[in-house]
Amino acid sequence: MGLKTFKGGVHPYEGKELSKDVPIKEVLPKGEMVYPLSQHIGAPATPIVAVGDTVLKGQKIAEAGGFVSSPIYSSVSGTVKAIEPRRVAVGDKVNSIIIDNDGQFNEVTYTAVDDVTALTKEEIIGKVKEAGVVGMGGAGFPTHVKLSPKEPDKIDYIIANCAECEPYLTSDYRRMLENPDELVAGMRIILQLFPNAKGVFGVENNKPDCIEKLKELTANESRMEVCELQTKYPQGGERQLIFAVTGRAINSKMLPADAGCIVDNVETMIAVYKAVKLGIPVMQRISTVTGDAVNQPGNFLYSMGMSYAELIEAAGGFKEQPEKIISGGPMMGFAMFSLDIPTTKTSSSILCFTKDEVSKHEPIACINCGRCVEACPENLIPSRLAKFGNKGLMAEFESWHGLECIECGSCTYVCPSRRPVAQSVKTMKKLVLAEKRKAK
Amino acid sequence: MSDLYHVSSAPHVRQKDSTSKIMLLVILALLPATAFGIYNFGARALLLILLTVGSCVLSEFVFNVIVHKKNTIDDLSAVVTGLLLALNLPVSLPWWEAVLGGAFAIIIVKMLFGGLGQNFMNPALGARCFLLIAFAADMTNFNCDAYTGATPLALIRNEGLAAVDLKAMLYGTTAGTIGETSVIAILIGAIILIMTGVIDMKIPGAYLGSFALFILIFGGHGFDGAYLTAQLCGGGLMLGAFFMATDYVTSPITPSGKIIFGICCGILTGLFRLFGANAEGVSFAIILSNLLVPIIEKFTVPMAFGVKKEGKKNE
Repeated sequence: MGLKTFKGGVHPYEGKELSKDVPIKEVLPKGEMVYPLSQHIGAPATPIVAVGDTVLKGQKIAEAGGFVSSPIYSSVSGTVKAIEPRRVAVGDKVNSIIIDNDGQFNEVTYTAVDDVTALTKEEIIGKVKEAGVVGMGGAGFPTHVKLSPKEPDKIDYIIANCAECEPYLTSDYRRMLENPDELVAGMRIILQLFPNAKGVFGVENNKPDCIEKLKELTANESRMEVCELQTKYPQGGERQLIFAVTGRAINSKMLPADAGCIVDNVETMIAVYKAVKLGIPVMQRISTVTGDAVNQPGNFLYSMGMSYAELIEAAGGFKEQPEKIISGGPMMGFAMFSLDIPTTKTSSSILCFTKDEVSKHEPIACINCGRCVEACPENLIPSRLAKFGNKGLMAEFESWHGLECIECGSCTYVCPSRRPVAQSVKTMKKLVLAEKRKAK
Repeated sequence: MSDLYHVSSAPHVRQKDSTSKIMLLVILALLPATAFGIYNFGARALLLILLTVGSCVLSEFVFNVIVHKKNTIDDLSAVVTGLLLALNLPVSLPWWEAVLGGAFAIIIVKMLFGGLGQNFMNPALGARCFLLIAFAADMTNFNCDAYTGATPLALIRNEGLAAVDLKAMLYGTTAGTIGETSVIAILIGAIILIMTGVIDMKIPGAYLGSFALFILIFGGHGFDGAYLTAQLCGGGLMLGAFFMATDYVTSPITPSGKIIFGICCGILTGLFRLFGANAEGVSFAIILSNLLVPIIEKFTVPMAFGVKKEGKKNE
């Protein structure tokens, strides 16, 4: 015992050694830049530039389309070439602003703030919103919305999600080693918004160097502490992390704020720091490019809007033709059929594998072994939910708590019959939720 | 469009265990009891085992061919069924009855209900009960070269506790079905299953615990350790509790359901032994409990993480 964690979960092969010791390297974009207007949860952004306009690096090119939305900035200087639908990583076509990169990187001037502590809460949240900060772990939920709960005084935990529980990903790890001061500064700014809150960095114990570094940096911070977590997937799932750190359990109908918590991942907190202190909007982020098909796996600071192909080039290209490319981690990421796809605010990694481990498996009958039950961090019966899903039994699906699924994929991972359990549950969840919306 | 990369739903990695590997582990865990059965009862035991396993595998193969289904014998579940059935047969059983039993287990109890994962009754036990009813005399004839007379439990029932040797029951040098006699061999297998994570103690623990309690209360022997031990070691209870009640397909998937299922098995076994015509009762207790699985599952759906019971509002 001792180490904090949650019930259930799995231990997939970590694969982090491929890229964990490679320092962050900046990549400058060369080709055409594509900025999808929907890179976040909520309303798409509205373009405020027209075809033919010249733009500078750091210039806002699309305005937030509502409260739950986020603006988008150009990460290069150049000319707006088109505004048209383009294919994004999840497979949809999304209206996008296309900019011809002139390679000059002429930048706007940012207005830094000397004394952040002099800012009011409204000013801080305003700056976070204006800079286009969204949850950069993958969900893309606008951060300013998260930072504006109904009762700010009731928030008593700000949790930095430093778990990085997805295999192969090392971008948060590198950030914690190379820019821990920015992470702590981001936490400090968020704590300023919530006077009753304690800041906790939740780190898995497979990153002892990060734990040590953060402990060192927060030694004199009375409102911050580092919480060592057991290495287990999905430790970085929001509900699992909150439970591990605070012992509070939330369900799908609750927000973290209902349990007095706000959770932001490493990259997001650093973005908050840059937005509030330096006035720099979200244009760049870290991404891990790794897998056995890549020549030089590593961690790259890249400009959002450049294509995945360029990012792979930065990692030395392919040493062998990959069979499978995944945007995100191997447990929850999206498989992509092409590399001619723009990176966005939530592109935390690209994995390139020479072998597709999954397609060679032929699913056979479920033998009711219950391994998925043991693995499920939400205490569900995944195999049964999948069966209800495949048969379209909505009432049963709901009464067996199917809507609580966090789509972590642990059930599919452990299934000895190689059944796509999570896929069936995810699909059914979408159908049930759609049905509910219709009924409203 | 061969230059496109593979697309599939997440997750994109899998652990290595497969269903056939689990079945292989079960077979491995049954080997000590199998080997002891052959040692105890002689070469005819081996012949019956081979015939029963062969009959099960062949039945599944032929059935799949006839109904034009993909062949499924490589999942090894038919081998497990055959082996379990053989271990539950008396060594003197006519060979064709064993073959018929194997075919019944696979075709009637398993394949007609949809094959692996769909049957609601343990195929080996279903077939054993079929044989018990169809060939009652042959199935309860435990006379063979090595032993004459009754099983230990029958002896206790008819002649009293003094008629049995507890040590022999532990080692397995008694009359009985091929694989049920040696408690030690069965427990070695059980430890293999538990150590490799194939089963946990929920079902066997609840089964043996509730059975022991039932015997203590209703057995009429009070707290008599020797009587209790004889009851626990005899009549295929260990084989049933660790290898047949734990059959994934025919036991509940819900964690608390497993415990309730084990208790059902325990109480039914106790009832059959103390108040029934038969001194054993394990097979019937388990297949009856198999029938209760859907209703047990229905009432034991676990609460999801972070969800409180209805009526209670979340803080």
